[in-house]
Amino acid sequence: MIRFENVSVQFDARRALEDIDLTLSQKRIGIIGANGSGKSTFVRLLNGLQTATSGRVLIDDLDPVKDGRKVRRHVGFVFQNPDNQIVYPVVEEDLAFGLKALKLPKDEINRRIDEILARYDLSDFKTHPSHLLSGGQKQLLAISGVLVMEPRYIVLDEPTTLLDLRNRNRVEHAIADLDQTVITVSHDLDLIAGYDRVLVFENGRIVIDDIPANAISKYREMMA
Amino acid sequence: MIAGLYRDGNSVLHRAQAGAKILAMVALGTGVFLIPDWPVVSLVLVSVIVLYRISGFGWATMTAQIKPMFWLLAIFFAVQLWLNDWQAGLLVITRIAAIVMFASLVTLTTKTSDMLASLERAMRPLKPLGVNPEKVSLAISMVLRFIPVIATVASEIRDAQRARGLDRSILAMIVPLIIRTLKMADDVADAIEARSFD
Repeated sequence: MIRFENVSVQFDARRALEDIDLTLSQKRIGIIGANGSGKSTFVRLLNGLQTATSGRVLIDDLDPVKDGRKVRRHVGFVFQNPDNQIVYPVVEEDLAFGLKALKLPKDEINRRIDEILARYDLSDFKTHPSHLLSGGQKQLLAISGVLVMEPRYIVLDEPTTLLDLRNRNRVEHAIADLDQTVITVSHDLDLIAGYDRVLVFENGRIVIDDIPANAISKYREMMA
Repeated sequence: MIAGLYRDGNSVLHRAQAGAKILAMVALGTGVFLIPDWPVVSLVLVSVIVLYRISGFGWATMTAQIKPMFWLLAIFFAVQLWLNDWQAGLLVITRIAAIVMFASLVTLTTKTSDMLASLERAMRPLKPLGVNPEKVSLAISMVLRFIPVIATVASEIRDAQRARGLDRSILAMIVPLIIRTLKMADDVADAIEARSFD
């Protein structure tokens, strides 16, 4: 369970988040809002990439600031641009990166890599240079790099923004099949239409917190 | 690209320790400069060619490694022919060809991760001096990874500036490239942190 207790974030003169107080316990949570509304700041608090100016965040009772290493082990983060997330030049090497940081045995690393590549139909690309993958394959590799770590929560920050329709659909199916709790920031309203809960951000505040049908409809009115 | 050279296989060279191959490369690179006779160096070059065949690579792969060097080798040969004689020219180009071919063969048969793991092991004795082998290895892998990414960014910027009629302006190319690279560096640092690397 994720808990935000009166969390505010201040960037110099600008207040990015203001007094956020809520509990997230659903399996699929969508986050929408205009650019600069505080969505990305909100999710970056979940694994300590951002620290709160006041208040605190708890992930299964762990504080991402004090227990950063433990929290990052349980909260996987997929960024908008997979090119910035893939750090090794070859597919299997990139997948092994996080696992080596966890100091897992070599056999276990290989088992997890083979399993995840098979899951996303990327087995033929195991020794492939990562920069030669298509946009969709890169995003699936980025998701795979997070999933091999076996996190409990997965945060996706605009995962379909840079993709064409076919690859967007592939990523949507991949997300739908995940067992973990998923928190998705997106401008792609169809992507979150089937979620359990949607939060709408405006000027650093949550202005709508509802089921997707209601939240999306109100958001469309707001943006009209 | 450097990152894309490794080819899967199960030959003796594929199975050999990355560290041993790097040491052999250093030994060959030094050795051919100690040999003063072109026929002996040619024999070394023939041995490297035999190693390509043993490792399962055909003539096309072999020539692809040396083709980009062709004009450089031709110039070296011509200069030696002018300053000395044809034997000296042959000695210089067979030396360079042997080193380049062997270095390429090592890259073709060794995964980047294995090479970096060897490098990490070799650097471990430097830990007391404050050197962090894991960080050095990550830095090298990221250089290999981001060469093609930055080349793509540069190509996008060049196209955008060309569309605006600024294709002759170096500033219009360099400034956005630096800004985008710095922004990318921030994002990559976040991604590395998010993936549990401290």
